[in-house]
Amino acid sequence: MRDELLAIIEKNSRIGISDLAAMLGVGEDLVVNELAALEAEGIICGYHTLINWDKTDIDTVTALIEVRVTPQRGEGFDKIAERIYKYPEVRSVYLLSGGYDLMVTLEGKTLKEVSGFVSEKLSALDTVISTATHFILKKYKDHGTVFVQKEIDEREMIIP
Amino acid sequence: MRNPLADKVVEIKPSGIRKFFDIVTEMKDAISLGVGEPDFDTPWHIRDEGIYSLEKGRTFYTSNSGLKELRQEICNTLKRKQGLDYDPLKNVLITVGGSEAIDIGLRAMLNPQDEVIIPEPSYVSYEPCTILAGGTPVIINLKAENDFKLTAEELKAAITDKTKVLILPFPNNPTGAILEKEYLEELAKVIIENDIYVMSDEIYSELTYTSKHVSIATMEGLKERTILINGFSKAYAMTGWRLGYACGPEEIIKQMTKIHQFAIMCAPTTSQYAAVEALKNGDDDIEKMRMEYNQRRRFLLKRFDEMGLPCFEPGGAFYVFPCIKEFGLTSDEFATKLLEEQKVAVVPGTAFGVSGEGFLRISYAYSLEQLKEALGRIEVFINTLREKKN
Repeated sequence: MRDELLAIIEKNSRIGISDLAAMLGVGEDLVVNELAALEAEGIICGYHTLINWDKTDIDTVTALIEVRVTPQRGEGFDKIAERIYKYPEVRSVYLLSGGYDLMVTLEGKTLKEVSGFVSEKLSALDTVISTATHFILKKYKDHGTVFVQKEIDEREMIIP
Repeated sequence: MRNPLADKVVEIKPSGIRKFFDIVTEMKDAISLGVGEPDFDTPWHIRDEGIYSLEKGRTFYTSNSGLKELRQEICNTLKRKQGLDYDPLKNVLITVGGSEAIDIGLRAMLNPQDEVIIPEPSYVSYEPCTILAGGTPVIINLKAENDFKLTAEELKAAITDKTKVLILPFPNNPTGAILEKEYLEELAKVIIENDIYVMSDEIYSELTYTSKHVSIATMEGLKERTILINGFSKAYAMTGWRLGYACGPEEIIKQMTKIHQFAIMCAPTTSQYAAVEALKNGDDDIEKMRMEYNQRRRFLLKRFDEMGLPCFEPGGAFYVFPCIKEFGLTSDEFATKLLEEQKVAVVPGTAFGVSGEGFLRISYAYSLEQLKEALGRIEVFINTLREKKN
């Protein structure tokens, strides 16, 4: 039930308790307890909203930054990752395999703000060897949701 | 002028719900729970393979029986899922949907006056296809108290010395009933005793929720007398690709292939290439869709329970079949009123045979939001009916 519950709310965290209970075929109290447990265990880390900012009047700039770093003795990449993720403008930090070490997503109001962060804060960290910044031009799909398509039911009537 | 038409065709009555669906199509803001096809798109990797085959210029006919690679994959899949051994060169025919397989299977087997046993409620094409093939349909009216399963007693009672074929439509459209192994074992005894053949329509085999599908062909001695029909429409949401198949004894498949090659030539080539990909890499897609259907199924069962509408738990397909006998209306009257007053379209159970009287087929091949809205409207409707009665 736990896996199925997570699969449902990963796509739609606004489904009410009674609907969740019905969909899973269990009692409401069981759903409430399971959600509480998942939160307590740090498996559910938040309930966010997916927004296509391009459709609003608010301008934002998102950049993906590849960062190469020197891992520190005894601490590996964790310490340097922490120094980076503590900045509130940093949206995500991933440790990757391959040609560089960390992938940092950054959101700012303007291009200047983002480039300022990279040159003054990120590059200035002494463990950072190099950075490469990619600005996102258009989001087609995010969190499994396609931003550009309309969903209409085009099925035609057919005798069953 | 002379009458241009064949009596046999004219005498087949058109489906009674045609007029009903015409109203739905014209009515704005009506919610339909009437469609019997998946609301999912065909998984992208399958569509991509179809597109790729077009890009490569694979726009030719395939062999009459279908792409050898696809027949091989079908055999692999049946081996893997049911433990059945079929030879791709002798026992498999690729058809234009499961529905073509039903048609040509009956045409290949029936002589005039041969009787075909058809359990109802069930899919609408068995009876007309039997008549067109020159056979005589013998209907078994399945009972709600048996959860619309076919019992060995019912089968025995319907068999005469003219009986040739039993159609076995499980998981069932419209009831959602499935036949578990213990039922199949009992039926198998009767089938062998009376030396009849089985046409097993297993198009919903991947969509079961209470236990895994078991094919009647896996019963001892039954593979030799069963045409197993399946397809890609329901399992992989590929209705529009029009692709199905029949597996069975070589002598029957050979004659079916003859009809198929003269009437159809071969199934659509693009669809066949896409289907190879579906069978090879589509298990996860089935599981994802099955899980979502199951959530909707549970949701509907709970809602009907809350409304006090009796509804047995369907083990398969994507339909629930609630009983509306308490209101003293026919299924047709109920469905028409529901459409007029609350703009929700459901299919009257009688569209699937007289034994569907007093029931509705509700498809859950719709998003949960649509189902919630529609069920809310149905609740309002039945509350008004109950108030009027008191």
